[in-house]
Amino acid sequence: MFDEMYGPDGASRAPYAAIARWLDGLPHEALRVKADEAERLFRRIGITFAVYTEGGDPERLIPYDLIPRVLSAAEWRLIERGLKQRTKALNAFLADVYGAGEIMAAGKVPEALVLRNPGFEAVMQGLAVPGGVYTHVAGIDLVRTGPDDFYVLEDNCRTPSGVSYMLENRVVMMRLFPDFFARAGVEPIARYPEMLLRSLQSVAPPRCEGEPTVVVLTPGQYNSAYYEHSFLADEMGVDLVEGVDLVVQDGAVFKRTTQGLQRVDVIYRRIDDAFLDPQVFRADSALGVPGLIDAYKRGAVAIANAVGAGIADDKAVYVYVPEMIRFYLGEEPILKNVPTWQCGKADERAYVLEHLAELVVKETRGSGGYGMLIGPQATKAERTAFARKIKADPDAYIAQPTLSLSTCPTFVDSGVAPRHVDLRPFVLSGAHGIDVVPGGLTRVALREGSLVVNSSQGGGTKDTWVLRG
Amino acid sequence: MLARAAESLFWLARYMERMDNVARLVEAAQSMSGMSETADEWRSALVASGCDEGYFEKHDELTQAQALLYLTRDPDNPSAILSCLDRARTNARAMRTALTSDMWDAVNASWLDARRLTPDDFTPGRIGETIDWVKTVGTRFYGAYAGTMLRNEIYWFTRLGTFIERADNTARILDVKYHLLLPRDEGVGGAVDYYQWTSILRAVSAVRAYQAVYRTEVKPWNIADLLILRPEMPRSLRACYDNIEEALDQITETHGGRRGECHRLAGSIAAGLRYGRIDDVFARGLHEYLTEVIERTALLGLELNAFYMR
Repeated sequence: MFDEMYGPDGASRAPYAAIARWLDGLPHEALRVKADEAERLFRRIGITFAVYTEGGDPERLIPYDLIPRVLSAAEWRLIERGLKQRTKALNAFLADVYGAGEIMAAGKVPEALVLRNPGFEAVMQGLAVPGGVYTHVAGIDLVRTGPDDFYVLEDNCRTPSGVSYMLENRVVMMRLFPDFFARAGVEPIARYPEMLLRSLQSVAPPRCEGEPTVVVLTPGQYNSAYYEHSFLADEMGVDLVEGVDLVVQDGAVFKRTTQGLQRVDVIYRRIDDAFLDPQVFRADSALGVPGLIDAYKRGAVAIANAVGAGIADDKAVYVYVPEMIRFYLGEEPILKNVPTWQCGKADERAYVLEHLAELVVKETRGSGGYGMLIGPQATKAERTAFARKIKADPDAYIAQPTLSLSTCPTFVDSGVAPRHVDLRPFVLSGAHGIDVVPGGLTRVALREGSLVVNSSQGGGTKDTWVLRG
Repeated sequence: MLARAAESLFWLARYMERMDNVARLVEAAQSMSGMSETADEWRSALVASGCDEGYFEKHDELTQAQALLYLTRDPDNPSAILSCLDRARTNARAMRTALTSDMWDAVNASWLDARRLTPDDFTPGRIGETIDWVKTVGTRFYGAYAGTMLRNEIYWFTRLGTFIERADNTARILDVKYHLLLPRDEGVGGAVDYYQWTSILRAVSAVRAYQAVYRTEVKPWNIADLLILRPEMPRSLRACYDNIEEALDQITETHGGRRGECHRLAGSIAAGLRYGRIDDVFARGLHEYLTEVIERTALLGLELNAFYMR
């Protein structure tokens, strides 16, 4: 098991030298006091996260761990290059599957996997999206197993969330430990909202005159990520709208204001495809805007991320991302995929069923850590039940080896102890190119030995430092 | 700004103001309970806050304990103090981006504090302290927005909410109390005792203001004058409408002069208050006069909604 702070000899690795000194000089009582202060700060600011299946406090805080996770400048350079490469390929894939379909014609990705995938939106076929960008904000989840071993665990091309925690974690860290932070030499991340706005404005429809009007579209305050939606709108200085605030007239989209209707050019939507437009998708959706897709087709408005972008982050399509990189870019992937068995293939399924106790099995359409089996931690009965599910609908499952995720020192009840982490960097694609803010959201599994970092499953977060080179 | 944002801010301010007003009514009723055997004070508090119908749907009789509970923390009562705070926060949360952090903090921190209150805090022995806390919440909110908001639309829609609610409340308190205390056949200056008259003033925290303005014993006539026509009395109808007009003028200016029925109506009510005389009010009948103000204020709320919040 690879610990990011302490090497096998017990000495701290170079990027963590400052953290090690800082921790040495900080008694646990002091950490406890700061942790309480952090919790008060978060609650005050109102950063909460609702978890659907849980009773109790509907406005639960995501636990915040005080000890930052650190990446060296060299480590980050590699990750950044890999992220840009991968996002570029994912975007090219989306443009291709809704356009000429070359990758399927070349036999690199099975046509059935794409065309019969629920994530595939027929309405997008032949639609020219502004700027040619589909996945404006991508969250690429990375895990680490060794000093130089980074794997992409999954891509999130629809509406990845968590960036507000990345930003607020930094604010809280700087507020709690200003001196320490000032000395550490950390790349700033506060520019993210500005970068996002610029990126969104860059994909405004060609018809738009003057400065494009951007809005953030939210399902409303009972959505688990509502805080983030309002935070981003606020930081970008744009309106946070709900479906009822928008109206389509004469093929264009308008927002209802105190001065009447005003034109909207770019919608950064944080609601799922199915709820966007009751005329096209779910007719019972009260969250969407009737006629929106029609306006989109006419090129009157940009929607970020594009409708149908979910086909690129399907867990069965994931297997083909390295192939996409070779096909579209003619390059070798910089970031590796986790080896993956597709249960839809008979020989691979047989292997999976035989080795359930060693594997992690995921639903191809699942997200948020729901509907997965962690073989080594499951009971025999759970494995048997899961095997039945796989046999009933093999296409719906993939399996991966149980990776030994890296650990970082984390402040838990018993003191400072190693806990498993992952990393979700946020990749912005605009008409001008791709940007990544240095770092991302580090999620940490707070229970000892647990590999599940999802906040919906009791995971926490850490501030993530990329050191200046 | 978004029409829905204007609506949320308007209602945020209305609920914070309503919370404050209900707290003052409870305080006034509570302070009178020691002097009277009947529950009349509680009846007037229920009527003045518009809670009487809801109360009697739920309870057959009027008792001090039940009225106190209903006005402060009964979740079935949308105007109960805690319900107001809850609704204010829901509106604030819907428009987080429009609020300054101090404003959000004033609402959110108070809401968090309120969740820690126990039924004990609402018993007659403890209610005084709790009401004091509620009043500081109202003051803190008012101070936060007066002190930190840019003077733009967001601010002026918030002001509209505060003063529409306050105008409605002042008119109701005056109407209810006046009639409770002054039966039809009893002339002004009748046998009703001094403490009861001052209870109107207490309900709007104006005992000292009265003394400062009139420098004489409490007279019903003056009380009406103070609460209707006096511009220097911050809860008077005149002061409320001066503020409503100012807010509307400011909004109109940023909107390039766009006006509608709500502007005409507000101007008409404000002019009546500015140029009115208390003799004429009484000649017409105080109750009739106040009923009209309450109705026209409600209508103004609807017109504002139709013009700005749709």
